Amino acid sequence: MATTYQIAAVGDWESVMGFRALGLDTYPVSDITEAKETIRELAKGDCAVIYLTEQLAQGMDDVLSRYKDELRPAIILIPGRQGSLGIGKNNIQRAIERAVGADIL
Amino acid sequence: MANITVSPTRMELTRLKGKLRTAQRGHKLLKDKRDELMKQFLDTVREVRALRAEVEEELMTVHGAFTVASALMSSEALEQALLYPKQSVELTMTFQNIMSVNVPVYDFQTQTRSDSDIYPYGFAATSGELDTAVDALGKVFRKMLKLAEIEKSAQLMAEEIEKTRRRVNALEYVMIPNTQEAIRYINMKLDENDRATTIRLMKVKDMILKESLEEKRAETAKAVKAFSSGDEAPAEV
Repeated sequence: MATTYQIAAVGDWESVMGFRALGLDTYPVSDITEAKETIRELAKGDCAVIYLTEQLAQGMDDVLSRYKDELRPAIILIPGRQGSLGIGKNNIQRAIERAVGADIL
Repeated sequence: MANITVSPTRMELTRLKGKLRTAQRGHKLLKDKRDELMKQFLDTVREVRALRAEVEEELMTVHGAFTVASALMSSEALEQALLYPKQSVELTMTFQNIMSVNVPVYDFQTQTRSDSDIYPYGFAATSGELDTAVDALGKVFRKMLKLAEIEKSAQLMAEEIEKTRRRVNALEYVMIPNTQEAIRYINMKLDENDRATTIRLMKVKDMILKESLEEKRAETAKAVKAFSSGDEAPAEV
């Protein structure tokens, strides 16, 4: 089962423009509603990995938790230009709590 | 007895015993699965944490480099330089099965072969800092893809562990004790029935014995009476 998929980067223009040079599909968005819409579209399409800036991820827990248990797409949070907010690290912590029932690390 | 109603029959008992055996076997298997998944999960999570810290740090450097580049160039020129990508990336996704959890394995192909040939712009109109930034991003990208792979795996495994943990607990604390309780109840009921039958038989035997004893007594009494009423021997003896 080896179909080809796209890799997308969603975030503000300054944060994602670099990925365009690498050949990723970049979707510069300015607000959260737009970002939610974009991610929904991408999930329906042939996108396997979505890099999303933490600044946008802050306000869209509902969308993120919806795709969390799906095999595709994998939504990976990356720090935007304004710096890391620690959401990505928190998510790992939450996954541990979910699996173990307690924070053990 | 937890609110289960079972009919105390031998057939039900056999059925419940079979159920209990299955439940215990399933419990053991699921427990093993949970333990192994947990081991794999913790390994993955450790890896994710390390890699994420690395990627975040490097990405911040890259963002810094882009900031420098955009300071040296007008934003229009920068936009223009990056507008049409030369490189294109395609991702193939295969699956790996870790303890019945399907986790993705990513593999990507780039269109241009060489890593140094990715700049989608001419060097004349752009600053050297932009080259550095793009180059650095290209290096981080491989790690980012690896991160995507293992972070997704960790999420999927967390879900599966949660499910398995619940199943193990449901079997251990609800299903198995309830079945054991039901089996004990049926056993007790059947024993009670056995005892009741024994007692009934003993009682019947008593009654029959008593009856025959009384019959005998009456006969003896009759004989004694016949013997004592006259000196001559009874006619029938």
